[in-house]
Amino acid sequence: MADLIVDARNLQCPMPVLKISQGITQIESGQTLELVATDRGSLSDIPSWTRDLGHTIKEQFEQDGEFHFVVQKG
Amino acid sequence: MTTETLAESASEEVAPEKEKMVLIAASGDLDKAWPVMILATTGAAYGMDVTVFFTFWGLHILRKPGIGITGEDWRQKMLSAFSQGPRLSKLHFGGMGPKMMKDLGDDKGVASVQELLELAQGMGVKLWPCQMTMDLMGLDPDHLIDGLDKPAGAGSAISLMKDASISLFI
Repeated sequence: MADLIVDARNLQCPMPVLKISQGITQIESGQTLELVATDRGSLSDIPSWTRDLGHTIKEQFEQDGEFHFVVQKG
Repeated sequence: MTTETLAESASEEVAPEKEKMVLIAASGDLDKAWPVMILATTGAAYGMDVTVFFTFWGLHILRKPGIGITGEDWRQKMLSAFSQGPRLSKLHFGGMGPKMMKDLGDDKGVASVQELLELAQGMGVKLWPCQMTMDLMGLDPDHLIDGLDKPAGAGSAISLMKDASISLFI
């Protein structure tokens, strides 16, 4: 279970990236957050943002048309 | 000062300077203003130091709602009278185009230019109106939304862009 859930469902680009960038400030290094998004662009945008900012994607899956990204803060 | 706060201020001192991103917003068209604000907020989400420099019609993105005709000179008045409301660079259809695109944005969950402007301000994006075009178009700081940075000129823009890793003219 992630330390924080960030809900970015029904929000289009650039909101999922904005949401995760706000969420990551609320957790400590080593903790995880789970972003849930419906924007298909997230599939590319969230991994890029995560890699560029030095965080890690621990898990990524699609469920009921929603994209889940479990990100560990670097 | 406790050891902890000392350690904090020390780590602040060695923190690398943030990468800079500069956007020149030269168009008030909805289909230009939108990507400007999308990129500005995303740059901030990337931890960059973002400045948007608004010039010519781009200044209209910063106009307070309800600001009508501005300027003293008849030419300034005419320019402001004929530039009310956002336009589309293509398929404007006398205002139908932008209305349709805004409505579509609402339906599809796309944040509006106005919402993105507020988010940008909350994320520390610097918004610079261009002094020269404000004078040219008869716009006072009172005509523009609150929370902007001081009006500046091309020199300030170049000075920033010289050291920026991303500079875009939109």
